Amino acid sequence: MSGAGNGREAVDAIRVEHISKRFGAVRALEDVSMHLKRGEVLGLIGDNGAGKSTLVKIISGFQKPDNGKIFVNGEEVQLRSVTHARSLGIDTVYQDLALVPGMSVYHNMFLKRELLGKLGGFHVPLLNNREMKKRARTYLDEMGVRIPDVDAEVAQLSGGQRQSIAVARSVYSEAKILLLDEPLAAMGVKEGALILDLIRKLRDEGHVSMILILHNYAHVFEVCDRVNLLQHGEITLDKPTSETSVDELTELVVREYRQVQTGSG
Amino acid sequence: MAVAGSQAKSHERVRSLGWRALGAFANRREASILVVAIGLIIYFSLRSSAFYSGATIKNIAEYVAPVALITCGEVMVLINGEIDLSVGRVFALSPIIMYLASAPAPDGAGLPIWLGVVFGLLAAAAVGLTNGLITTYLGVPSFITTLGMLFFLNGINLRALHGFQVATPGGHTFRQIFGAYPLWFNSEFWWALLAVVVLQIVLVRTKWGVHTVATGGNVIGARESGVNVRWTKIGNFMLCSMLGGFAGIMDSVRITSILPLQGGTDIMFLAVAAAVIGGTSLMGGSGTIVGGFLGVVVLAILNIGFVILGVSAFNFDLIIGIAILGAMILNVQIQRLKNLGQLGRGR
Repeated sequence: MSGAGNGREAVDAIRVEHISKRFGAVRALEDVSMHLKRGEVLGLIGDNGAGKSTLVKIISGFQKPDNGKIFVNGEEVQLRSVTHARSLGIDTVYQDLALVPGMSVYHNMFLKRELLGKLGGFHVPLLNNREMKKRARTYLDEMGVRIPDVDAEVAQLSGGQRQSIAVARSVYSEAKILLLDEPLAAMGVKEGALILDLIRKLRDEGHVSMILILHNYAHVFEVCDRVNLLQHGEITLDKPTSETSVDELTELVVREYRQVQTGSG
Repeated sequence: MAVAGSQAKSHERVRSLGWRALGAFANRREASILVVAIGLIIYFSLRSSAFYSGATIKNIAEYVAPVALITCGEVMVLINGEIDLSVGRVFALSPIIMYLASAPAPDGAGLPIWLGVVFGLLAAAAVGLTNGLITTYLGVPSFITTLGMLFFLNGINLRALHGFQVATPGGHTFRQIFGAYPLWFNSEFWWALLAVVVLQIVLVRTKWGVHTVATGGNVIGARESGVNVRWTKIGNFMLCSMLGGFAGIMDSVRITSILPLQGGTDIMFLAVAAAVIGGTSLMGGSGTIVGGFLGVVVLAILNIGFVILGVSAFNFDLIIGIAILGAMILNVQIQRLKNLGQLGRGR
């Protein structure tokens, strides 16, 4: 059923097969297979400790799986590092956002991809701050992210603004596959709407495929094409959002909770 | 009513102006330390005409040079979220290695003095590398790593010279470059100024600088962004050590002798104090080289100013203590206000 995917019409952006990961005695992922189509927005849900973050960390090259295979655009790869994954177009926006609070918005946007200046046609190892500021400004405006001043320190911005910058940064870096770890965590309704708008905009443009880890099932139905439910390190549901409902997802999770309760009680 | 309203408004405006000024003050920490430095110069100048004599200024430059070089390195390490307590011992180690390489046989290997300098700096780099590797790969906090290194190096230094002091080797040209007074100040001071300028540019205008700030500000985030946080830290430990070694070599030329107990914890803590007074955060993630340099200048002015005024040297430590505590309280409180979103928001 789950071949390598080579030679298909529509090659999956990401396909993982039989991934397992243990941390000591803790079984984080057990024989997980999943895929992400090109241009698709996939919602990944599950209770705390179900292995969502671990799965995302493996796909982003931050952690290595104990076994299993990963295919990017149909080709099998061994992700060596975050940088390696990024070179393949996979980028992650982590819960902690990977933003440096004491640094300016534009330096954050260009972290590890800084633009260097030129002097008389020669590259010099000095940063081209003016160009970075200009591009950050233009790009954030294009994305509809309202940041009053790209010179401002990130510490001075709201949670929604920070999240937007983090997402914008990934897309700006030409990421083709975007992994968002709880993009709406700890965010007000207004701020959350901003992010959802941004995700919709990206989906409609169709250049990136996205995996979103979400806690709020209503959000899944707002922006996702398909949803995967992770329970105890295994995928227990894989359906297009049009064929499932908040009730069904809730029911599955609650049933698991009851089983755990009766099992231990 | 209307009058009361406009009064309240103007009151509001004054308040917000005050907040904004405080915000700008917080954002440009060099400015505040510069004000302190200028204030001290004016104070001491008014108290004693001897203060602005050529000799005093030369004295201040002599005092500033070695501490400033070490402060440059220490600021980078502190911004990185680490600390180097051992650099004061490298200050003594490098000239000792230079002596062992370049002093005429049988005391040394009789190599050219240039090679001696290179060996001295390589030894310093090796110390920084060791500090960095132990801290980043073995996970020992740098406070402990470099505390251990501090004692270890002192043992090495004392053994190498059997506890005695020796004469600094080297010919005329060598002394001109590293120890003499070519233009007004001693050459070490010019080297220190060069280090300040170059490293300030490195800090704010290069990838290395941005990665150093990022590593100290959010180590996990920096790593997730692909910054090599380990080697950023190791590199800064090496830089700090080498600046300490270089300062030690030049100081040994200036005082024409090499002592195993030269520098030590005194000069290291002065450098840390200068960095903190100059606005570098001990928590990492922010700081400036220029601020650190101005911090050294302030300490030098205080020290030499008190001597000129004939004030007891005891007061020097007293004032430094107050200055460090004051600077830190200001630092922490301003950061807290900032995080509360009351400052620097502008509009």
